[in-house]
Amino acid sequence: MAREKHTPSSEAEVRELIADADAPLSVQGGGTRGFAGAGEVLSVSGLSGVTLYEPGALTMVARAGTPISEIEGALGQNNQRLAFEPMDHRTLLGVQGDPTIGGVFGANVSGPRRIAVGAARDFLLGVRFVDGSGAVVKNGGRVMKNVTGYDLVKLMAGSFGTLGVMTEVSFKVLPQPETQTTLVLHGLDIGAGVAAMSQALGTPFEVTGAAHDPNGAGDGARTMLRLEGFEGSVGYRCGALRDRLAHGADISVLEGEESETAWRKVRDVEMLAETQGDVWRISCKPSDAPHLIARTGSDQLQLDWGGGLIWMQVPEGHDLRADLGDFDGHATLVRADAKTKTELAVFQPEAAGVARLTAGLRSRFDPRGILNAGLMEPIG
Amino acid sequence: MEMPVPDPRVLSRKARVVSRLLEVLPADAVIHDERETRAYECDALTAYKCPPMVAVLPASTQEVSDVLKICHAEGVPVVPRGSGTSLAGGALPTADSVILGVARMNDVIETDYDNRLIRVQTGRTNLSVTGAVEEDGFFYAPDPSSQLACAIAGNIAMNSGGAHCLKYGVTTNNLMGVKMVMMDGEVVEIGGGHLDAGGLDLLGLICGSEGQLGVVTEATLRILPKPEGARPVLMGFDDNEVAGACVSDIIKAGVLPVAIEFMDRPCIEATEAFAQAGYPMCEALLIVEVEGSDAEIDHQLGLIKQIARRHNPVELRESTSDEESARIWLGRKSAFGAMGQINDYMCLDGTIPVSSLPMVLRRIGEMSAQYGLKVGNVFHAGDGNMHPLILFDANKPGDLELCEAFGADILRLCVEAGGCLTGEHGVGIEKRDLMDVQYAPADLEAQMAVKDVFDPGWLLNPAKVFPLGVSEGRRRAA
Ligand SMILES: Cc1cc2nc3c(=O)[nH]c(=O)nc-3n(C[C@H](O)[C@H](O)[C@H](O)COP(=O)(O)OP(=O)(O)OC[C@H]3O[C@@H](n4cnc5c(N)ncnc54)[C@H](O)[C@@H]3O)c2cc1C
Repeated sequence: MAREKHTPSSEAEVRELIADADAPLSVQGGGTRGFAGAGEVLSVSGLSGVTLYEPGALTMVARAGTPISEIEGALGQNNQRLAFEPMDHRTLLGVQGDPTIGGVFGANVSGPRRIAVGAARDFLLGVRFVDGSGAVVKNGGRVMKNVTGYDLVKLMAGSFGTLGVMTEVSFKVLPQPETQTTLVLHGLDIGAGVAAMSQALGTPFEVTGAAHDPNGAGDGARTMLRLEGFEGSVGYRCGALRDRLAHGADISVLEGEESETAWRKVRDVEMLAETQGDVWRISCKPSDAPHLIARTGSDQLQLDWGGGLIWMQVPEGHDLRADLGDFDGHATLVRADAKTKTELAVFQPEAAGVARLTAGLRSRFDPRGILNAGLMEPIG
Repeated sequence: MEMPVPDPRVLSRKARVVSRLLEVLPADAVIHDERETRAYECDALTAYKCPPMVAVLPASTQEVSDVLKICHAEGVPVVPRGSGTSLAGGALPTADSVILGVARMNDVIETDYDNRLIRVQTGRTNLSVTGAVEEDGFFYAPDPSSQLACAIAGNIAMNSGGAHCLKYGVTTNNLMGVKMVMMDGEVVEIGGGHLDAGGLDLLGLICGSEGQLGVVTEATLRILPKPEGARPVLMGFDDNEVAGACVSDIIKAGVLPVAIEFMDRPCIEATEAFAQAGYPMCEALLIVEVEGSDAEIDHQLGLIKQIARRHNPVELRESTSDEESARIWLGRKSAFGAMGQINDYMCLDGTIPVSSLPMVLRRIGEMSAQYGLKVGNVFHAGDGNMHPLILFDANKPGDLELCEAFGADILRLCVEAGGCLTGEHGVGIEKRDLMDVQYAPADLEAQMAVKDVFDPGWLLNPAKVFPLGVSEGRRRAA
C-alpha cells in the first residue's frame, strides 16, 4: 500500500501540515508497533535528536522522532537506562523500522519491569505536541515533581497519536543495576505459577520481573522471578526469596547475560513471533488470570506482570473479548490483519460514561477527527 | 486574592437549595446555619477565608450523586473537600458555593494482598490506609507530612507527594482506579485492579485536577510490602553548591536512596533552637536514607559515605540505632514548626532541575535581602522539589503582601531555571494568577478544554487553577 508520506523536520512544519490538512493523517514514529490510522503518513522521524541529558538529575529531553537505539546508547554510556523496559514490537509483528521515543510514549509501551517501577506513562515528565487544529501545546516540564495545572502528560501517554502529534518529550531515567539474577521455578501450572508470583511480589525483596510460560519451549512450564541491584544484595535476596517460596518446585538460576536474554524474550513476546494467528494483550487483575485463560481455551500464551498481563494467540479473526466476557481489565488486539482490526476494534470498548468523556476529549483536541482517525474509535 | 463575585441568583435561592438537599440527606449532614458553615471557611491557607452558602457531608456515592444532581439543576457551584489541609487554597469556598465534604466516607472496602491493592472510600486519611495493612507487612507509599490528617480525596486531587517519593513516586504512580461522580450526578468507574488504561488515560488526568473534574468517592490504591529496614546518614557541608554536587554524584553512582532531604543554614539554626536534633551548624545539611536488609544498607551507605567524603563534609554521621535515626529525622520533620515559632511563614513548593540548585539558592538569598524578609530552605533534593519558607509578620500591615510578592518572584525564578510553580501542593487560588508565567495561552486553553468536557457548566471548584481573567468567559457563559 503506497501511501503519501510526509516527514516534517521541525515542529513548525508539523504545525503547518496539520493546519493545512484536509484529509486524515496517519501519525507514526518508526511505524513498528502496528498502531496507525487511515490516511497519508505523517512521520515524526524527521524530528530527531537528544536535546538535553542530565545524568545527575536522571532526566533526558529528546525530539519525538529520536530512535530508541540512539537514546539507549547515550544512556548506556552513563550506566543509565529506560527503566520501564519498553518492548520492541518488531519481532512479534515481523516488521522493519526504527522505533522512536515518541512512539514508546504515544503507545505507553512498557515491559516486564513495569510491575516494579511503573509504566512509560509514569516516566514521562513533559511533552510538546501539535493538536488536531494545529495549536502547539506544552505540558509538564523536565522536573520529576510537577502538579502545575492538569496532567496532560499522562493524557498524551497512550493516546496513540489521536489527540496530537508529540514533537518533544522529556522523561526520567534510572541507573543500570550492577547485576541481575533470575530464579526459575519449573513445572507449575498456571494457577500455581500466578500464586508463586504473587507470593514473591509480596516479599520485600524487590522482584523486578515475574513471568510465567506454561510451555517453556517444550521443556515444561517455567515461572521466572528477576532480582536486580548490587551483587551482594542480589545474592542475599535470591537466597531469602528461595527460602520463602515453599512450592516444592524445582528451582534453577539464571545469572547475568543468560538472565538478560530470558527477559528480553519475555519483553518482546518472542514465543509468539513467527506463529500464525492473531495476538492479543490482556491487562487484568493477576489473580483473575487463571480463570480468564480457562474461558478462552487457548494454550499459546505467556503471562507477565505477575499474571496481570497475558499475551495470547488465537485463530485469525477470533473475537477473544467474547470469550473473556466482563472482567476487571481490557484486551487489545495487537497483531491481526486490517480487516480483523476493523471488525473487532483494536481497543476494548469502554463503558458508556467513560466513552463519552473519551469522545469529548477527542473532539476538543482533534475537532476535525484527522489524527489517526478510526484507530481508537468504537466500532459501529 | 480576588475571588469571583458571588452569584446573587444562587444566594437568593439558598432556602430552596437547602430544602432540596434535606430531601436526600439526613438533617445532620446539611450545614446551613451561618455560625456552623464557618467551620468550612478555609483550608490550611488560612490567610483567605469565606464561609460557604451550605456544607454537606454525604455518607455514600449515591448521596454524593444526589447532591450533585441538585446543585447541577440549581446552578450552584460545588467545592469538594477532604480534610481541608490544602496549602494552596484548593478547598476555599465561595459565598455562593456548596462545600461537599467526604469526611464521613472513610471505609476500607477491600484489601487484596494477592493483587497488592486496597480499595477505600476517599474520606479515609492517608495514614490510616497504611494503618489498615501494616500488620500484614504492607504500606501505602505516598507519605505527605500531613498524612495524619489529609484524606486520600485531597491526595488524589492534588497528586500529593512525600519524603519517600524519590523511590516510590507520588500519588498518580500509586493510584490504580477511582469511582467518581460527575457534576451532573452520573457515576463513572475508571481503572481498577488491573494496570494501565485500555483507552485514553483518564485516571492520569483526574489525578491532580484539583476537584474540578468530578468528585472522587472511592479509590483503588497500590500497596507495597514493607522493606526489611531503613537507615539515614546525616552530612553537613560548608557550601550549598558542594552539597548540590554531592547529591548529583550520589545519583550518578547508581545508588537510589528512598529520600534525600536538604536544609540550609537559616533552617538548621531554627530547627536546632526548636528541636535540638544535634545538627551541625553549617551552610547545608543532607539527610540521605536507604532501605533493605542490614547488609544491603551497610553496602549502600558505604558507597554514599565514600562519595560524600570526596566533597569534604564538615560532618558525616551514620545512624547506629533506631533512636539516632529518629533524632536525625526529628529536625527535618519539625522544620516547619520551628520556623513557625519564629514568625508567620509562607511555604512555597516550586520545583527546579537539581543542577540549578546553587544558582537558585544564591538568587533567593539576594532577593531575601532586597525584600527584607528572611527565608529558610527545606528541600526534597533528589527530585528538586523546594520548600522555601518565607518569614513575615501577619500583624504588620503590608507584610503579607510583601511576602506574597517575594514568593511570586521565587516561583518565577523556579520556572526560569527550567522548573515549575508547584511540585506537590497544587495551584489552588494561591498560584492561580501565576499560571501564565509557566504556560502560554494555548497551553492553558488545552487544559481548560478538558474541564469543558468533564464539567461543561464550570460548576466544580470554578475559581481555582486558572487565572480568573482567563477562565472568566467560560465561568460567565455557564
Ligand atoms: C503541615 C502540612 C504539611 C503538608 N505536607 C505535604 C507534603 O509533604 N506533601 C504534599 O504533597 N502536600 C502536603 N501538604 C498539603 C496537603 O496536605 C495536601 O495537598 C493534601 O493532599 C490535601 O488533602 P485534604 O484531604 O486535606 O484536601 P483538601 O484540603 O480538603 O482539598 C484539597 C483539594 O482537593 C479537592 N478535593 C477534596 N476532596 C475531593 C474529592 N472527593 N473529589 C475531588 N476533589 C476533591 C478540593 O476541592 C481541593 O481542591 C501539607 C499540608 C500541611 C498543612
